[in-house]
Amino acid sequence: MPNNAPTEAGVAYTRAVVQIGADSRNRRRVRAEERIVRGFLFVCALLGVVTTFAIVFILFTESLGFFEHVSVWEFLTGTVWTPTFANKAFGVLPLVTGTLLTSLIALALAGPVGLLTAVYLSEYASPRVRRVVKPILEVLAGIPTVVYGYFALTFLTPLLQRFIPALEGFNALSAGLVMGIMILPTIASLSEDALYAVPNSLRYASLALGATRFQTVWGVVVPAAMSGVSAAFLLGVSRAVGETMIVAVAAGQQPNFTFNPLRAVETMTAYIVRITMGDTPHGSVEYRTIFAVGLLLFLMTLALNLASELVRRRYKGARV
Amino acid sequence: MIQVASTPQWRARERRREQLFQLVGALIVLFALTTLAVLLTKILLDGFARLNPEFFSSFPSRRAENAGILPALVGSAYLLLLTAAIAIPIGVGAAVYLEEFARRNWFTRLIEINITNLAGVPSVIYGLLGLQVFVRTLMMDRSLIAGACTMALLALPVIITAAREGLRTVPKSLRDGSLALGATQWQTVRYTVLPVAIPSILTGVILSLSRVVGETAPLLVIGAVVFISRLPDSPASPFTVLPVQIYNWTTRPQHAFQENAAAGIIVLLVLLLTMNALAIYLRNRYQKRLPI
Repeated sequence: MPNNAPTEAGVAYTRAVVQIGADSRNRRRVRAEERIVRGFLFVCALLGVVTTFAIVFILFTESLGFFEHVSVWEFLTGTVWTPTFANKAFGVLPLVTGTLLTSLIALALAGPVGLLTAVYLSEYASPRVRRVVKPILEVLAGIPTVVYGYFALTFLTPLLQRFIPALEGFNALSAGLVMGIMILPTIASLSEDALYAVPNSLRYASLALGATRFQTVWGVVVPAAMSGVSAAFLLGVSRAVGETMIVAVAAGQQPNFTFNPLRAVETMTAYIVRITMGDTPHGSVEYRTIFAVGLLLFLMTLALNLASELVRRRYKGARV
Repeated sequence: MIQVASTPQWRARERRREQLFQLVGALIVLFALTTLAVLLTKILLDGFARLNPEFFSSFPSRRAENAGILPALVGSAYLLLLTAAIAIPIGVGAAVYLEEFARRNWFTRLIEINITNLAGVPSVIYGLLGLQVFVRTLMMDRSLIAGACTMALLALPVIITAAREGLRTVPKSLRDGSLALGATQWQTVRYTVLPVAIPSILTGVILSLSRVVGETAPLLVIGAVVFISRLPDSPASPFTVLPVQIYNWTTRPQHAFQENAAAGIIVLLVLLLTMNALAIYLRNRYQKRLPI
């Protein structure tokens, strides 16, 4: 290569000099460009706020149209949900119990298993074990929910039916359990972060007092991380409440007012999908139900997320 | 809580507890491993036989053995490209604003809190938003572009967070050097920060977009159709995507359709794996040639 060939750095330097060039005409142009770009970037950042407003606005205005026909009280306390039947009833409780039932089953699996996984990974496991388990959890977290739905319907339900003959073909139990597997990585990794944040001085103090590792972990470390762990659980439940495909595929689409995990239930999310996929006429009261149900769902997940955030903040403040 | 005693029985009990927990840990590892293995095995067993060339080149059909995933595969690819074209500039733009330009005041805090909260909104709600805004108000109908706009809104919070993390990997000294030479803030971002940050931004963005590929609920809500007889040829065409096709086949009572669903799942998982591998490749490449 000849010595005077332009080097990459030289070209970049020249370009920069040209760009930054100090004559005043150029400066005015640069300043204008700066303002325009800044404005554009600001608008990008603002889009998130706009989205939130749009969500709230749409859910509220469309729900208002619904609540002109059905009182809020009837909606929130009724136990029969048959908006598409000739004999219409608009009591949302069956959808709420369906959502709570599947979410609680998911938490019953993912809560204990997630916490134990976190404790094991953060306090016991060798680096080699961590290197195996963490990617597995990441893969589990990356599997699309419709795949979990397929798994629940075609594998877990037939398997469970061998042991529980009364189990219906669509049921809350296997949908809930598979949802538990879905939220397990969330709960495990957030709980692990919380355990990890507990300062080592606490562990050493406990061990120095003669406590065993088991006593240190369960008597000192886990209690110290409790608010972080609770935040993880709340976020996991919020995920489960908002999850759609697993329940739409495997829990059935019958709004039964029941807490029996062996029966088919319909969640709020699955209902929204069923109505939007059907041929319910746009603008009718039964069509507007999806926005009322959507509003309730939005408020429930928002409350859970905020609670999780508040609990987590408290724990950040209380760091030793 | 902690009783300390040092009798031999006590020590033996503690040792047993310790061993018990080691066992519990091993069982948990086994549980995670088994779940994943069973899931993948079940899907491979169900679907592998259906993976023949016709399956990739056929349209959906009433007869399970003639049905294929061509429109779903093409639809997923188009949707991914369109979503990326919309969401990446906006997401990276928002991230650049928040990291490089924004002053630390209450309004910036509001934007940040808002993005965190948007990430927690159930995806089906985004479907309702897309249905009302894009499909009805903007009259995009049940088209590819309506789907892409909806998915872009859904992906934005994740993309912004990923891009911000990418920007944070750029050392402050580079910015200071550029500013000291008289470059404006935008020139600093454009010629110094972004070139260094782009590989790690891309890694995060690809991972966020791989979630778009697997997302089903919002597209069902805005009305991705299942039976389409023509491939989408413009952003205004009706469309279907892999997860929607899988959902449709899964919910049919006939067993033959569930085999199709499993085969579709294999294709979807391979697609996701490819995207993740690409992200990991970019990350490794970037780590090697970190210039500073």
